[in-house]
Amino acid sequence: MVRVELTPHLYRFFPDLEGLEIEVAVGSVAEVIRAIDNAAPGFSDYILDEQGALRRHVMVSVNDNILIDRKTLSDRVGDGGTLYIFQALTGG
Amino acid sequence: MSNTLILGTRKGTVIFDRQDSAWNPRPILHAGIPVCYAARDPRDGTLWASLDHGHWGPKLSRSRDGGNSWEDLSSLKYPLGARHIVQYLPTPDFDPQTPSGQPEYRDATVLKIWTLAFGAASQPGRLYAGTIPGGLFVSDDGGDTWELNRPLWNHETRGGDLFSGDATSETRWGGTPASVDYGVFEPGIHSIVVDPHDPAHIHVAVSSAGVLESHDGGQSWTGRNRGMLNDYMPDPHAEWGHDPHFITACPSQPEHLWQQNHCGVFYSADGAANWRKVSAPDVGVHFGFPVAVDAQDGATAWVIPERSDMARMAIGDGLCVARTEDGGQSWQLFRTGLPQDNAYDLVLRHGLDIAGDCLCFGTTTGNVYLSEDRGETWQCLGNNFPPVYSVRFG
Repeated sequence: MVRVELTPHLYRFFPDLEGLEIEVAVGSVAEVIRAIDNAAPGFSDYILDEQGALRRHVMVSVNDNILIDRKTLSDRVGDGGTLYIFQALTGG
Repeated sequence: MSNTLILGTRKGTVIFDRQDSAWNPRPILHAGIPVCYAARDPRDGTLWASLDHGHWGPKLSRSRDGGNSWEDLSSLKYPLGARHIVQYLPTPDFDPQTPSGQPEYRDATVLKIWTLAFGAASQPGRLYAGTIPGGLFVSDDGGDTWELNRPLWNHETRGGDLFSGDATSETRWGGTPASVDYGVFEPGIHSIVVDPHDPAHIHVAVSSAGVLESHDGGQSWTGRNRGMLNDYMPDPHAEWGHDPHFITACPSQPEHLWQQNHCGVFYSADGAANWRKVSAPDVGVHFGFPVAVDAQDGATAWVIPERSDMARMAIGDGLCVARTEDGGQSWQLFRTGLPQDNAYDLVLRHGLDIAGDCLCFGTTTGNVYLSEDRGETWQCLGNNFPPVYSVRFG
C-alpha cells in the first residue's frame, strides 16, 4: 500500500480528508491521485490540469524524491512508500 | 438603483449591501483566495466568483443563496485535442529563429477565467466565460457544464482548426501581458458583450488581438478593428494585434460600443464596424483600463484616466473620473470626493461599473469610491481593501 500525505491547505476544499490516514494501492503517481479522487471527487482538479499534468505551483514527491514526470505522472510509488502533495512557495 | 456591490479582490470577494443610504461591506468571502472577477446574474440572483488560485488552478465559485454558501466548480475545461500555437514573450534575449520559425503547439489548459457574462432573459442558464489562453466557453445549464466555442478557438486568424491537424494559417493573436503570471505569453478574453435585443449578437475583446463579432450565436466570428490605432506597432493600422483593455456597449443602444485601450479611448456608433479615437490627451483622457456607458444614452460614457502605459498610475497623484455626453467630442473631469494628493491608484479593466446614476470603482491600492450622481461627486467606501480586480453592481 501507499501512504499519502497532503498539505493541510487542501483540507479547506476537501474537509472530509482531514484527519484521515490515506492509503491506496501501489501504482504510478497518476494512479495514486486517481485513487484519492475516487475517495474525494474533484481532488485531482486541484492537483492536475485538464491534460493530466501537474499544476505549475504544485509539488509532489515520492518519498524523498521530487516527481520527475510532471506531464503524465508515470513515476512509481512502491509498496510502503509515501506520496507527498504540497504547494510550491509562490504568491504574495 | 442597485442595492448590492460585488468586488473581486486579491484576497477574496467583498459584498456591499446598501442599507438606509449607507453601503456596508460584509466580512470577506473566499478569504485569502485571489478573485479576478465576481458578479451577480441578474436573471436568477446567482452570485459568481472566478477564483484565481495560485496553486490549485482556476475555479468558478457559485452561490445560490445570496452569498451565504458557495460551491466551487471545476467544470470549465478545455476538451481533449484543444491546442494552440505557442506565443513567445518578445524579451530582449528572444531568438525568433528558435524553434526554426515553425509553429510550436501546446495542449490547452485553463489558466485564468478572466470574465463572465450572462445570457439574455430568454436564455435561462446561458453563461459565457472568457479565459487565458483565449478560449470562449459557453454553458447552458447554469455552469454545471461548459463547452468551448470552437468557431472562435479555430478561427483562421489563430491558425485554423488545430483539433484536426496543424495550422493552416499564422496566428494573428498575440499574448497578453496578463498571461505572464502563468508562465506563458498567450491571448486572453476579458470582455464579452451580449446584445440584450438580440442574444445571438455577441462581441468579444481579446488581448492582444482585438474585437470580434458574431451575429449567429457564436457559430462564426468576424474581426471588428477598423479605425483602431496601434501606435506601438510598426503598422498602427494593422487589423490585428490590438490590446483592447475593455469593451462595453449601451444596453438600450447596443450599436454604441466603447473601448479603452493602450492607445486611447475609442467609440463606435455602428456596432463596432468602425471605431473612432476620441481621446483628449490635453485633459488627460487617453490611457486607462475600464470604461462604463450609460444604460440609456450610448453617447455618454465614463473613463478613469491614468498616466501612460509606462507608468500606470493616477495623473498628477490625484484621482479623477472623466465623462462625455457627446460620444467623446468633449470630456468633463470630476474630482470632488476623490483624493488629490499622494494618490497612486490604478483602476483595472473590470474595476468600474455603473447602475443607473450610480458608479463605483475600486483600485489596486484597495480604495473604493462610489458616486450616486453620475460621477460628479464621490464618496469613499473604504481604503484598506485588498487590491481590487473587479467591481460589479448586483
